[in-house]
Amino acid sequence: MAKISSLEELRKLKEQVKNATELREKGHNIDRLIQVKVSMATCGIASGARETLADFMKEVKARGLDDVVFTQTGCMGYCHSEPTVEVTKPGEEPVVFGNVKGGRVREIVEKYIVNGELVEDIIPTAYKTID
Amino acid sequence: MADVKMHILVCGGTGCISAQSDKIAENLRRCLKDQGLEEEVKVLLSGCFGFCEQGPIVKIAPDNTFYVKVTPEDAEEIVAEHIVKGRKVDRLLFVDPETAEHVADSKHMEFYKKQMRIALRNCGFIDPENLAEYVARDGYMALGQILETLSPQDVIDVMKASGLRGRGGGGFPTGLKWEFASKYQDDQKYVICNADEGDPGAFMDRSILEGDPHSVVEAMAICGYAIGADKGMVYIRAEYPLAVKRLRKAIEDAREAGLLGRNVLGSDFSFDIEIRYGAGAFVCGEETGLIRSMEGERGEPTSKPPFPAEKGFWGKPSNVNNVETLANVPVIFLKGADWFASIGTEKSKGTKVFALAGKVNNVGLVEVPMGTTLREVIFDIGGGIRGGKKFKAVQTGGPSGGCLTEKHLDTPIDFDNLVAAGSMMGSGGMIVMDEDNCMVSVAKFYLDFTVEESCGKCTPCRVGNKRMYELLEKITDGRGTEADLKLLKDLALVIKDTSLCGLGQTAPNPVLSTLDNFWDEYEAHVKEKRCPSGACKSLVSYYVVADQCKGCTLCARACPAEAISGKVKEPHVIDQEKCVKCGACMTACKFGAIIKK
Repeated sequence: MAKISSLEELRKLKEQVKNATELREKGHNIDRLIQVKVSMATCGIASGARETLADFMKEVKARGLDDVVFTQTGCMGYCHSEPTVEVTKPGEEPVVFGNVKGGRVREIVEKYIVNGELVEDIIPTAYKTID
Repeated sequence: MADVKMHILVCGGTGCISAQSDKIAENLRRCLKDQGLEEEVKVLLSGCFGFCEQGPIVKIAPDNTFYVKVTPEDAEEIVAEHIVKGRKVDRLLFVDPETAEHVADSKHMEFYKKQMRIALRNCGFIDPENLAEYVARDGYMALGQILETLSPQDVIDVMKASGLRGRGGGGFPTGLKWEFASKYQDDQKYVICNADEGDPGAFMDRSILEGDPHSVVEAMAICGYAIGADKGMVYIRAEYPLAVKRLRKAIEDAREAGLLGRNVLGSDFSFDIEIRYGAGAFVCGEETGLIRSMEGERGEPTSKPPFPAEKGFWGKPSNVNNVETLANVPVIFLKGADWFASIGTEKSKGTKVFALAGKVNNVGLVEVPMGTTLREVIFDIGGGIRGGKKFKAVQTGGPSGGCLTEKHLDTPIDFDNLVAAGSMMGSGGMIVMDEDNCMVSVAKFYLDFTVEESCGKCTPCRVGNKRMYELLEKITDGRGTEADLKLLKDLALVIKDTSLCGLGQTAPNPVLSTLDNFWDEYEAHVKEKRCPSGACKSLVSYYVVADQCKGCTLCARACPAEAISGKVKEPHVIDQEKCVKCGACMTACKFGAIIKK
C-alpha cells in the first residue's frame, strides 16, 4: 500500500475502500433490507439480465440507497417476460416485474423502491418463496 | 461485470481452520470459478465469529446467512444453490434447540442477541490480513485524529474518563496506568502488549490478534503517543502461530503505509513495534515476569514497587496492557469516552469477552456488557447445560479465580461483584460445570496447573502449592481426614498472604472457593469416603443390579480387566478386586443394569 502521509489522506483512502466492507454492513439491518432478485437462467441472460443487474446496481448506488441488496436467482418461469426481477420490501409481499431493461430499471428504482408506487408490466405471482 | 455483489466470509480462526475451513474457502473459490462468478463473489477468510461450537462457520453477505458446521464438500451446494439460484441451503442453517426452527441469520440467534461486540467488533467481519478493510471500518482514524487534535495529556484524560479497566485480570484503570507511565522521563520508554494468554480455556486475545490485529497495533501507537514512547513490544506465545503470522503482517503493512515508523501520518510522532516470543509459561503473563522474559532472563516476577511504569523493560519506563484492553482503545476515541462509560456498571465500564466452555451447549467466545448476569451468559447465550443436566458451578478467572454457584447466577458480572462473590474476572475464562463434576477434583485440576506453572522463586508458592495438591490428592483417593480439611484451609490462607506475585497469591482461590461453597462435598470425601458426583475413581465402585441384568454378556466382553463373570441369561457379578473402574461396562450395558456408587 502506498504511504499515507496525513489524516486527510487516510480519510480519502477510507472513502475509496469503504465499499470493501459495505456489503457486509448491510447484513446488520437485515430486517430493513430491500431484496432484489434477478432471474438469471439461460433465457434471462440471453434477454440481457446481466446488463439489467449491472444497471440496477449502478442506479441504486447513484441514488445512495444503502439498504438494497442483490441476489441472482434461477429461472422463475416467466420466460415470456425476461428479464424478470423480483423486489421484496421488508414486511411486504414480493412484486415481480417483467421486461426489465433499459429505462425500466430507473423507473422501478424511482417509482417502486423509492416512492412505493406500482409501475406497468407487473407479473402476478402464483408462488410462495421459502426463505 | 466486475462489481462484487456478494461476499462469502469463511471463519479463519484457529478452531475453524483446524476443522478445514481453509479447504472450504478453497473449494468455494473453485466452484465459483467453475460457474464464472469469481469476479462477482468474493471469498475471504475472516476472524473468529465466536460461535465455535457450531464451526466451521460460513457467512454470506449481504443477506447475512449464517451457515454452521460446514464441510469442504458443502461448498459446491452453497455455490450452486445459494449463490447461483438464491436459495438458502436449509440443512446448513443453525437449528434453534428450543423451537427446532432453522435460523437463517446470526441476528436472530439467541447466542448473538444479548452480545455487544466492541473488542470483537471486526472479528468475523473483516479480512484480518487486509489493511484496507480495517481502514474501511474507520481503522487508524482514531490515531489520525489524535495526532492532529489532541495532546498526550488529552489522550490520557479521555482514557480516564472512559473508565476502561485492564482486561487481563487485574482490572486496573487503564487511563491511570498510562498517566503513571507518562510521568517518568527517560531517553527511551516502551509500550508493551501482553499477549501471553495463559488461562486454561481462554482464547479471546488470540482471537483478537487473529481476527483484528490492526486494532491492537493502532492502540499501541495511541498509547505510545500518550506516554511518550516510540517503541512498542508485543510479548506473544510462540504457540499461537496464526496470531503471530497475522500480527506480523499487520505490523509490516502498517509500516509500509506510514502508520508505523518515522513520522506517523506525517506528524512528528514516530512509533514502531517489535514482537517477542514467549515459550508459554503462565507466570510470564504477570507483567514483571513478562519483562524479565523479554530481557532474555528466566520468567520470574520481581517485587513491586518499582512498577514497570518507573522501571520496566531494560529498566526503562514501560506500560503493559493486555490485548483485549488495547482492542477497546480505538473505539473509545471514535465514539467518545461518554459513550463507552455509558455501557456497563458503575465501576466497570464497557464490555467483557468471555470464553465460554465446559458443560454448556454453546461453547464459544461471547462479548457482553459489564453487568450482564451469569444466568444470561450461561443460559441465554450459552443455551444452558449440555444434555439437560443440572447446573452446579461456574469457574471464572482461571486458575486464579474461584467457583460460583447457583446463588450467584443473578449477580451482575463486573470486576468488583465477582471478587465479592469469592472469584474474579481474570482474563475471562468461564468454565461451566454440571452435577457430574466433583468440586474437589476441580480444585485439584487447577492446582495441578499452578504447581506446574509456579516459577519456584518464592517458597510459599513453590512448596505450599505442592503440599496443597498432595492434600487434595489424598482426599480424592479416600485417604483424607477431617484434620486435612483444616490444614488445607490454613495452608491456602498462608500461601495467599505470603506469595511474591499474583500467581501464588491467587493459586489457593479455587481451593478456598470450593471449600466455601461445597464444604459438604469435601466432608463426604473424608468422612464417608464417598464422592457425591461419582467422579473420583478411588471412591466409586461399579455394581450389577441383579434384577435388571438380562445376562447378555455385553459387559463381560467390554471389560478390559476380565473382572465380570456370569453365565448367559443369568445376572453377572463384578469382582471388585479386579475392577479398574473404567466404566466400560456401564457404557456397554443396554439395560441400565450397572450402577456406580
